[in-house]
Parts: sequence; structure tokens; C-alpha cells
Amino acid sequence: MAKAKSNTEEYLRMYAQMVRIRTFEDNANQLYLSAKMPGLTHMYSGEEAVAVGICEALTDDDRITSTHRGHGHCVAKGAEFKEMFCELLGKAEGYCRGKGGSMHIADQSHGNLGANAIVGGSMGIATGSALRAKLQGSDDVTVCFFGDGATAQGLWYEVMNMAALWKLPVIYACENNGYSEYTKTEEIAAGSITARAEAFGIEAHQVDGQDVLAVNELTRKLVERARKGEGPFFIELMTYRYHGHHVGDINREYYRSKAEEKDWRDNRDPIIRFRAHLVSEGIATEADLDALNAEIEKDAAEAVAYALEAAYPDASEVGQHVYAA
Amino acid sequence: MREITLSQAVNEAIAEEMRRDETVFLMGEDVAEAGTPFKVLSGLVEEFGTGRVIDTPISEPGFVGMAVGAAMTGARPIVDLMFGDFIFLVMDQLCNQAAKQHYMSGGKLRVPMVLRTNMGATRRSAAQHSQSLQALVAHIPGLKVAMPSSAYEAKGLMKTAIRDNNPVVIFEDKLMYQDKAPVPEEEYLIPFGQAHVKRAGSDITLIGTSSMVQVAEKAAAMLAEEGISAEVIDPRTIVPLDEATLIESVKKTSRAIVIDEGHQSYGVTAEIASRLNEKAFYHLDAPVLRMGAMDVPVPFSPALEDLTVPTPEGVVANARQLCAGEMIHAA
Ligand SMILES: Cc1ncc(C[n+]2csc(CCOP(=O)(O)OP(=O)(O)O)c2C)c(N)n1
Ligand SMILES: [Mg+2]
Repeated sequence: MAKAKSNTEEYLRMYAQMVRIRTFEDNANQLYLSAKMPGLTHMYSGEEAVAVGICEALTDDDRITSTHRGHGHCVAKGAEFKEMFCELLGKAEGYCRGKGGSMHIADQSHGNLGANAIVGGSMGIATGSALRAKLQGSDDVTVCFFGDGATAQGLWYEVMNMAALWKLPVIYACENNGYSEYTKTEEIAAGSITARAEAFGIEAHQVDGQDVLAVNELTRKLVERARKGEGPFFIELMTYRYHGHHVGDINREYYRSKAEEKDWRDNRDPIIRFRAHLVSEGIATEADLDALNAEIEKDAAEAVAYALEAAYPDASEVGQHVYAA
Repeated sequence: MREITLSQAVNEAIAEEMRRDETVFLMGEDVAEAGTPFKVLSGLVEEFGTGRVIDTPISEPGFVGMAVGAAMTGARPIVDLMFGDFIFLVMDQLCNQAAKQHYMSGGKLRVPMVLRTNMGATRRSAAQHSQSLQALVAHIPGLKVAMPSSAYEAKGLMKTAIRDNNPVVIFEDKLMYQDKAPVPEEEYLIPFGQAHVKRAGSDITLIGTSSMVQVAEKAAAMLAEEGISAEVIDPRTIVPLDEATLIESVKKTSRAIVIDEGHQSYGVTAEIASRLNEKAFYHLDAPVLRMGAMDVPVPFSPALEDLTVPTPEGVVANARQLCAGEMIHAA
């Protein structure tokens, strides 16, 4: 584990946030499997250290843009279970009043500009947010999350060029989980991904996305520098998704072996690793952490129960929000 | 006759044409081993190899542009665009490049390519995976647009599209992939620009595209119980459009409802309704009604999403009023 200078409270919060993401996803998957959730959803499980390591380096004024695999970013940026589950179930009390669902969940109160169902679709939005910060003399930073697959979108190269020319406070965070849908990254990405950012003169880093402290330490430094006008930056985070591409992608051995999945789960799990670190450093005991886990599970169960009972939006809402007042 | 799914029909059409013509090849995201997320293309890479069934990165403008170039120089690409909503990413390649080459070159260049994609809401996929965008491409001269309403049409129209010397966009309804219909074993093609009268009737004409043909058929069955005789017509291709068959029907019935899953405003229904008004005006007993999707982004919540698309009940209610003479809004 990389060492980051931080206090106990922050460490425990990072642990709790990772467990909250995993717990959220376990419940969401269960809702899908029991046919209680409309549509499909993409699980973030396995990638928790990426969202948490990054978002713990940000304030509520800092913005993020998220992806189709967005629950982790949303939780990490501070969202509540209740409003999230309500959104996943299309209920009126959801973050988007049930209009967005899993792939469009957004939480402005914590600076989450929203998930996006178009791969790479948020690259312009994130860079535009950074442009606004610069124009208005604001010191907030925007982090643009996207997958390895999204690096194939031409939009990224257009906005990186402008971000670099104009020194915008944006951090491009590529979550390289080894796959885009059912295809391995090496089959869709030529050359080196970090070199692509470097070609624009953008400082690029590669980091172990399963090590929450390493991610957090690097992001803190980059955020601080971006606030001073030294951006943009690029981070490639090496990580892994435990589930299929989406919850319905169950028979997937034709593109990914069970042994590979087991290896990541058993040997590189970000939560297990960080937990071991907390215990060995004497920051928390196993019992403390078990109690924390239990509390989070209870929170999630309550939020799910609430969301299942919550009301759907009234029919009159269908025509609302097409145009802003 | 044997029955197969729409998905199998598309697969068979492509396989037959790839066997028949070596210049036909397929490309798109996860089309090879995965056979697309909807599994429509399963088995093709096994037969034709990765040289002709090509997995691409998530670079839609790039690979659609490459299809245009390949088509201009002697190949017949079939491009798979995973969701119809992604057509917005490829608009330049499709509308500025593919659609215009033949005309701009004074007829010297040709772009024989097929872009197959999908449409249709109520899959709980929210605003960026549920749109029906056929009107956008139908607006651009140079592009042909096919909208199969069953497995039978899906196969026959696909084969015609592959042999056509123009860029053709095919919209399949993503909720119909598992729907079965009788499809002959023998080869057949369905010509473009020939509407199909699915059900004969004398009181009102229901014109539907894609899955809206089924909505119209259900409505027609319900109307029959009330003593209203509805004729159901499937244009099959909206570009070219078989105006003659539509006009002939309306001359007989004097009333029409046009149903399409694209947004109602500035849409396919508006175009067809307008042509009927222009060309069958003196035969009409009531205004031609449009029924499209509600003019809102498709909402995720099932409680809202189901309100946005035309339903058989909605068609019946409108047809009943038209036939009762209740919709003549003359002030
Ligand atoms: C423009 C666009 N093309 C294709 C898709 C379909 N699609 C959704 S997710 C995905 C794979 C994305 O891979 P990656 O960026 O690596 O993210 P991951 O799913 O691995 O988190 C694809 C092809 C889409 N949503 N948008
Ligand atoms: Mg990926």
C-alpha cells in the first residue's frame, strides 16, 4: 500500500465509502436478479478504489462527470443511498425524479454532473466545466471519468488538445478495467494510452487502481496543481470489474475466464487490501470494521425497502423538464 | 412455413449475401465473437472469419467513415451501429459524406453500404438508448430508409439493402428481436418502395411503421369488434415511400391515422400525413391524424415511459372519433 499522510478519520471514511459502493452494487444486482429493477445496469464492484481514491481528493465544489458504470462515482462523490435506489427503480424521490435511471444518475449537490450512456459522451462536458472555472476565475477542478473503451472516441483528442492549449483544470481519469464490453482492451487500443495524452503535452500517470491510497495520494497532488493552473492531467487507473459488462452478462467465459476473475477478486481486491492495511497499521480492529460493514448493510437494506415502496412519479411529470423555465 | 425470429432473419439475410458476394463485409462493435449485445450476428464470424466480420473499437464516426470509403472503392460494407441513438455521432459521415457522393460526383461515385441499427422505447433504457431517429436520416436526400415490421420483412429488406447501390439505413425495433414470423426457406427479396397491405378495410386506413404495424393490427382487431373496418398498411421503406398504395387506400376509406415511434413533431407521421392531405384532399372526410412518440426525451421510469409511445388503445380511441366525425376542428 502506498503511504498517504492522512488521519484516521479520512482512512476510515475511504474504507467506508468503498464498502458503501460494494454494498450498493450487491443490492442493485439483487434487485435486477429478482426482477424488481427495470432495465439493465452496470456494476462498479471491483473498481471502488478508483472512484473513492479520486473523489476523496475533491471537495463538493469540484465537479465530476461519470459513465454508464456510474454508481461508484455517485456514491464516492457523496450521494445518499435512498435517492440512488429510488432513481434505479424509477421512483419520484430519485435524484432525477426517475427520469434518468442508473445510466443518467446525477447529484448536483455534491458536484456530480451525471452519468452518461454515450461512451465518451462526457468528455466535452467535463472539459467545458473546466473552461468555465478558468473563465470565471474559480479554483474548482473537474474530473472526467471514462473507461478504456472510451479512449477510442475521437472527441477525447479534440478536447485534450484544447484543454492543453488553454491549461484547463481538468483531470482525465481512465478506468482501465481491461475490457470494453466483451472485448479485451489490447484488441481495441493501439500503442500506449498514456502516450496519447503525452502527445498533447499533458502530464500522464499510470497507477494501481486497486490501491486506494496510491490513487488518493496521486490525485491530491494533481488536484492541487490543477487549482494553480498547472493542468490538465491524465491518469490511467489499472482496475477490474467483477461482474459482467452489465448485470445480464452472466455467461461470459467466451471472452473472460473464471480463473482470471477469481485471481483479481482473491488477490487484488481493493477493500480486502485496504482493510488489511488498516488493521496492520492499528488504525482499526477487525471488529470495528465488521461493525462498520454491518451498519452500511443496514443502511442499504433500509434504503432498498424504502425505494421499493416509494411512489412512481405522477403521469403529469412526463411532460415536465423538457425546457427550462 | 417455418417460423424464425427477427434476429435469425437478419442473420440469415446477411449470411446469404456474404456467401453470394465476396465484397460484402461486416463491421461494428462486438459483432464478431459476441455477435452483438442482442446476439443478432452470432455465428457469422465462425463462418466468414475475422477478415469479413470485423470488431471495431468504440469509434463510430471512424468506422462509418471507413465504410463510406470502402463502399466508394468497391466493397459492400454492412455497418452495425449498436443503438440507433448513436446515429448522432455519425451524422457527418452518413449525411455529408455517404449521402452526397453519388450526386456530387455527377453520378460517378457510388456508396453501396448498409447501416443497420435499431430504434424503439419501453425497454427501460432511458433517453440515450431508446430513440427512434428514422426521420432524421429520412430527411437527407441520398439515403434510403427501411423499417422492417417482422422477421419476414427484416430478411427481405436486408437482402435488398445489401444489393442496393446506395447507402441504406435499416432500423430494427430492438424489442422485436425475439419475435417470430413465418419466413420461407427459399430465397426472396422485398423490393424497396412497395407498401404491404396487411389487412383490408373500408372505414379507416392505419399506416404504421416497424412495430407500429403491430399496434395498428391490434387496433384494427379491436375496432372490428365495434363494427369499424380498418385497413392496415406497412410502407416497409419510408424512403422510397410507396405513396400510390397509401393514397389509393385513403381514397377508399376517407380517413387515416399514421403511426410511427419517432417524435411526433417534424416526423415521419407528419410527412406521410401531409402527402395524403396534398394528394387525396377531396377524398378525406376527416383530417389525417399523426400518432408519434410524445415530444419528450424518453424517460427511464416505467410509469412515465409507457405514456410516451402510441398504443393500440390510443389508436382505437382516435379512430373511433375520426369515424364518428368528431375530429373535424373547423372553426
Ligand atoms: C457511443 C457509444 N458507443 C457504444 C456504446 C455501447 N457501449 C456501452 S458501454 C461500452 C463499453 C465501454 O467500455 P469502457 O469505456 O472500457 O467502459 P467499461 O464498461 O469497461 O467501464 C459500449 C461499447 C455506447 N453506450 N456509446
Ligand atoms: Mg473498460
